[in-house]
Amino acid sequence: MPTKFHRIVILFVLTFCQAPAWAAIDAYPFPEDKMRQQYNSLIAELRCPQCLNTNIAGSDAMIAKDLRREVHRMVLEGQSDDDIRAFMLARYGDFILYKPQLRAGTLVLWFGPGILFIIALVVIFGMLRRRNSNVTALSDQDQERLKQLLSK
Amino acid sequence: MSSLNKSLLIPLGIFIVLVAILAGGFGLKDPHFLPSQLIDQQFPDFSLSELNDPSRQLTASDMRGQVVLVNVWATWCPNCLVEHPELLRISREEGVPLYGINYNDDPFKARQWLVRHNNPFQFNIVDNKGKLGIELGVYGAPETFIVDANGIIRYRHVGPVSRRTWEETLGPIIELLKTNPDRVKG
Repeated sequence: MPTKFHRIVILFVLTFCQAPAWAAIDAYPFPEDKMRQQYNSLIAELRCPQCLNTNIAGSDAMIAKDLRREVHRMVLEGQSDDDIRAFMLARYGDFILYKPQLRAGTLVLWFGPGILFIIALVVIFGMLRRRNSNVTALSDQDQERLKQLLSK
Repeated sequence: MSSLNKSLLIPLGIFIVLVAILAGGFGLKDPHFLPSQLIDQQFPDFSLSELNDPSRQLTASDMRGQVVLVNVWATWCPNCLVEHPELLRISREEGVPLYGINYNDDPFKARQWLVRHNNPFQFNIVDNKGKLGIELGVYGAPETFIVDANGIIRYRHVGPVSRRTWEETLGPIIELLKTNPDRVKG
């Protein structure tokens, strides 16, 4: 027989058992599961142009809804991921892709952080080495003096 | 001592360079502004009906022949109401054709809206599915495009058009396109 405590526990557990709610709720029909997967992965990697930092899967904005409809249409037409990305890129630019393409203009974006990290490593190692060499570089005179001081 | 002072300047130098780069990336730009991909490209082809005369089909060729302003608007867009008086003034005083794209809207509401607030547009393209909007890389409203006599997009303005927008950007660009069509770059 469930006690009051049991009921509270059950209520608590059920509260956190809900499936995550996505903003994108339009139920597009797909003839094949493969197409549905392609659609889902594309809307997850395309960035909503109006809302800062949301993909078009997770946005309620009108433009995100329109772009989902376009992706659905192109997937049904049998277009490849690259075709659809190119379509979006031609209209909305690099902003639309969470993973921008590798081009001259995006080199800094791709390699900037790595280069900064390497510079940081070089600086840190340089500083450590200098500090170590300062510690060990005692001249013979100094060694002599140290011995005297310690033997006192 | 002097070598110690110099080595202290290195992190400071790196810090200043980083601040400069990050300021350029974050601080100085409006993150909502997306540069248009369509500058110096042909206005996309379309075939859509006219708002007040649904039997009339409009195409890109209806805009050729002169420099025009194309304004993307909707009744759900508060900033469209903000810019509306300036659009009315431009259509009255500036002698440049103004065409509307009624974007993702209910045509019935849009017709009423134009009756209530007056109509500055020579015609309105009904884009109630937002398809032409996507072709144009529109991501909100209002947006305003300058299209030259050959149907090539030369400039895009995002957000409401004010008197200042006209005087500082739209007006001079249109003037330049009229007098010297080849010299303008997006």
